Amino acid sequence: MATKTKSKTTETVVLKDYESVIIFTPVLSDEQLKDAISKYRKLITDEAGELVHEENWGLTKLAYPIQKKTTGFYHLYEFRANPDFISKFELAFRRDERIMRYLTVALNKHAVIYNKRKRNGEFNQGKKDQKQEAAK
Amino acid sequence: MKKKANANLAMVFNTMPEVQQKKKFCRFRKNGIKYLDYKDANFLLKFVNDQGKVLPRRLTGTSLKYQRKVAQAIKRARHIAVLPFTGDSLK
Repeated sequence: MATKTKSKTTETVVLKDYESVIIFTPVLSDEQLKDAISKYRKLITDEAGELVHEENWGLTKLAYPIQKKTTGFYHLYEFRANPDFISKFELAFRRDERIMRYLTVALNKHAVIYNKRKRNGEFNQGKKDQKQEAAK
Repeated sequence: MKKKANANLAMVFNTMPEVQQKKKFCRFRKNGIKYLDYKDANFLLKFVNDQGKVLPRRLTGTSLKYQRKVAQAIKRARHIAVLPFTGDSLK
């Protein structure tokens, strides 16, 4: 999936696109959740990464129980960072007891375009147009 | 014989509009979809049966290139509990 980058001299920092979905335990209070979210936001920006987008899905029902819990707080970070940063980032997830599950995915160019269009609400617009046309 | 088998298939999977057509097509190629979002559960549900298993290409008509992506997206969705690993009645 990831685009291959030729080994360059260390002077140029190669930024790649990533996306992380994190599931926090539902037992957290609003403030604790905010704390946790801002902690990882800070981690990205501190490491010379670039936070592209952030999305909070709120308390969402899980498709199957994780750690005997049926709901979780989903949070999504889309960011650009150096590939070396990912192992560090995921290590922090694993050490954090507030996190039940995480998934980090490298995004290819199609995914980046897709996410951009989704953010601008182009997909819903298309559906609305279709509905309007159908109504006519 | 072949026609009969096809008719049976169409009866079993009559919920899927592609099977009713004579020629199956890959929905990704036709609609120009290049990226499958693993967070979109409603879309991925079209590619699993009611137990949550991935449907084969011969039923959905997806081309090999995109079938691989479908499988990958479903596996990711299962990991973040967007789709279940197993289920009795998903649909």
